[in-house]
Amino acid sequence: MPRLIAHLMPKVSGRHAVIGVPYGWLLLFFLFPFLILVKISVSEMETVNFKDLVTFKDGLLQLTLKLSNYVFITEDPLYIKTYLSSLKYAAAATVLCLVIGYPFAYFMARARTTAQPALLMMVMLPFWTSFLLRVYAWKGLLSENGWAADLIIGTGFDQLLHAAGMIPAPGKLMHTPFSLVLGMAYTYMPFMILPLYGNLAKMDLRLLEAATDLGATAWVAFWKVTVPLSKAGIIAGSMLVFIPCVGELVIPELLGGPETLMIGRVLWDEFFSNNDWPMAASVAVVMILVIIVPLAVFSKYQAEVQEARR
Amino acid sequence: MTSASFNRWFGRGWLLAGFAFLYLPILALVVYSFNDSPIPNVWRGFTLKWYAGLADDREILSGLWLSLRVAFFTACGSVVLGTLAAVSLVKYRRFRGRTVFSGMVTAPLVMPEVVVGLSLLLMLVSVQRATQGAFGWGFPERGMLTIWLGHLLLGMAYATVVVQARLQDLNPQLEEAALDLGARPLQVFLLVTLPMIAQSLASAWLLTFTISLDDVVLSAFLSGPGSTTMPLVIFSRARLGVSPSVNAVAALIVAVVAVGVLIASYLIARAERRRQQELAEANRA
Amino acid sequence: MTANVSGSAEPTFLQIQDVVKDFGGYKAVNHVSLDIARGEIFALLGSSGCGKTTLLRMLAGFETPSSGRIVLAGQDLAGLPPCDRPINMMFQSYALFPHLSVWDNVAFGLKRDGLPRAEIAERVDAMLKLVQLSKFAKRKPHQLSGGQQQRVALVRSLAKRPKLLLLDEPLGALDKKLREETQIELVNIIEEVGVTCVMVTHDQEEAMTMASRIAVMSEGRFLQVGAPADIYETPAMRFVADFIGNVNLLPGTVEVDEADHVVIGSADCKHYVGHGITGTQGMPVTVALRPEKIQVSRHKPADDFNAARGTIKDLSYFGSFTVYHVELPSGQRLKVSQANTERHQDDRLGWGDTVWAHWSRSAHVVLTQ
Repeated sequence: MPRLIAHLMPKVSGRHAVIGVPYGWLLLFFLFPFLILVKISVSEMETVNFKDLVTFKDGLLQLTLKLSNYVFITEDPLYIKTYLSSLKYAAAATVLCLVIGYPFAYFMARARTTAQPALLMMVMLPFWTSFLLRVYAWKGLLSENGWAADLIIGTGFDQLLHAAGMIPAPGKLMHTPFSLVLGMAYTYMPFMILPLYGNLAKMDLRLLEAATDLGATAWVAFWKVTVPLSKAGIIAGSMLVFIPCVGELVIPELLGGPETLMIGRVLWDEFFSNNDWPMAASVAVVMILVIIVPLAVFSKYQAEVQEARR
Repeated sequence: MTSASFNRWFGRGWLLAGFAFLYLPILALVVYSFNDSPIPNVWRGFTLKWYAGLADDREILSGLWLSLRVAFFTACGSVVLGTLAAVSLVKYRRFRGRTVFSGMVTAPLVMPEVVVGLSLLLMLVSVQRATQGAFGWGFPERGMLTIWLGHLLLGMAYATVVVQARLQDLNPQLEEAALDLGARPLQVFLLVTLPMIAQSLASAWLLTFTISLDDVVLSAFLSGPGSTTMPLVIFSRARLGVSPSVNAVAALIVAVVAVGVLIASYLIARAERRRQQELAEANRA
Repeated sequence: MTANVSGSAEPTFLQIQDVVKDFGGYKAVNHVSLDIARGEIFALLGSSGCGKTTLLRMLAGFETPSSGRIVLAGQDLAGLPPCDRPINMMFQSYALFPHLSVWDNVAFGLKRDGLPRAEIAERVDAMLKLVQLSKFAKRKPHQLSGGQQQRVALVRSLAKRPKLLLLDEPLGALDKKLREETQIELVNIIEEVGVTCVMVTHDQEEAMTMASRIAVMSEGRFLQVGAPADIYETPAMRFVADFIGNVNLLPGTVEVDEADHVVIGSADCKHYVGHGITGTQGMPVTVALRPEKIQVSRHKPADDFNAARGTIKDLSYFGSFTVYHVELPSGQRLKVSQANTERHQDDRLGWGDTVWAHWSRSAHVVLTQ
């Protein structure tokens, strides 16, 4: 049968087909849409249709780019505030993931080798159950009489949160910055743990032995040897949490409140509520620009990993 | 307490607390799905009425049916595209635009879904309007097909990562040996490579199936009238507040996943035990 | 143990004609030419990076020569992909297909040729019988020992009766004891089947015991090609002399240059070489002496030439032989290897003893490069 196929398409080199299909697919469904996104962000919308960018009338070739959306975004303090707020909350979620996730991944990597696959599976299991439902579960846990709410209020932890400005008043835990950051950190935790675990598990433990042999205490060895060596994992995990969190929609919608401005929600509202497609597109383009630096860092890291594996 | 034993107890404590954190919401969902009270979090008694109610919940059922179909086709398509992409990246060291390709493949993993969803929708609408103008009928209509396309984009990224990891671990001499023995490149892939990456293809399939089943944002942008996926139904209900019927759905999903994972672990453990047996036999002989 | 070269006088079976492999400016194989006769076992010997593996891969078809031709049994191999060549290779890692049984592994190549099932079965069974692995036909590779895996890899590459067999570091993965047994076995099987063989190795012992001819390679070029004994006893240059086995290199100047003998003056002695050399009087040369060609004794030898006096600075006892490091007055150290033919020696040489090192008039190799 394979011989038959080979006979039927002698001219198509296997190499071209293998690379061409996914490449073409991505060009068509990933790259091309972004170009359209940019185009529409500078288009004038007439009820349902878009006016053409390039018009040829009476012998006059005219290019019309409506840049008012971008001007609006950059000038309106609310938009700027929202972008910054998104970055802020995404960063907070990333830090929380790192603080909880790093020791978690560390102790997983140091556990008995026979236990590790089971531990890994237990980390992945929540990931297999719907993330939407787990976020929804936090609504219940943090609202009145919820288990987590009772625990936090009971231990007086909410006083601390109020002092830190994470919640508007003690006892009111839902629809606050606290619930939002907690929800995002919770959802993206596996994305932080897995790259860290992969990195830490492969670490040569003899390096730590050498460090302690040379006189370092366990604490010093950790900070001077383990952490620097796990830098790649830290970067990967952080990017995998930070970048998607900037544009998060579902979690701010379910767990966020009126004061937690997130740019994803703004985009959604522009599109679904206001039906202003060009505006939504502009918001999206600016969002891409905002995350372009972390994206570049992530891409560079990915490329380095590829090179190292060769 | 010595430093080593402190480490060990601290480690165990942290892992335990971490797992508790991870599983707490799931537990809460399941427990409260049996709560005989419309007011959330106030326990009034044990009941199965929410589960019974699901059978009549047409919205959820049709959403589920749609989601299952989309997820199935997403998984199949993702595995095919992902394998092709992974093979391209692992086998062909140099080709024009490789860096661009590599970046595009993994980008959907990281990009915010709102951006991906919006741009894909805008493109599909543009195409639809263009074909409407040119041929009189607009293609594609927003519906199951467009949702599938969006999920495929995301699924392909995940599948590529999974398959690529396995392909990179393969001994390249195996494929060379197959070529040397007279197999054409396609035969090498089908007879040698494929059997060896079969397990990762299966996990890629399951992974992309789950992701598709669970997706909210892409589905929201790309769905049309009459094509509401289950997550969208749940999302709209969840926005309004806590609803026990959602708890019931959640608990069922957890049950299915748990059973699935248990079965998978059992199968893997059994295969591993058999392998150990064979090795032991070989050493004795 | 060396294999026999077939005495046939046909045109050369395998011709490598001025082959170059250029990797973006770096020449891994640099103008290499070679003729190999049918039935020969030929070894490409060199350290890592010398180009031997690249050359082997060009024979197999995994690399294409940048220039030059490879002709096998009259057929130019240019443009032929590996799957179409009448050549099979045994890989260093054996590369046995882990999901297939031993039987299916060996049958793999035959199935690709579309042979009838009965014939495939016959050949596979014959191959397995050749290496005494018939009992293991149903096993998977991970259930076999290293040596057994190697035998499966070997017969898998022989099953298709290739015109040329390529071996990539065949004994590299085995431990020392296994290596000795396998060397002999391998050569026996190859000779029994009668296939022409090119092998690549960095281990001189492997090359010398298994091959009928060796090519010493360095930096993409052949330094010397010949039978093991020729390369060992008549190295063409210092590098080869030093690379193969142990050697003492003594610099000197030609003092007397006659047709039938030459006298070379070194720092500690005068060499009387019992044959003529291509060179002139006054020319600087290097005299190569193998350690086993030198003897040490407490007594001064009769000949004034080919002898030097020194002190034993080091000795290593290997059981069957002893290696003495004799320091000569100029500071040059001679390595002398002497077989321990007597069980008990009253007058055993030891550290610090003054001895005479001496050698015969035919023991030298005079090197000009």
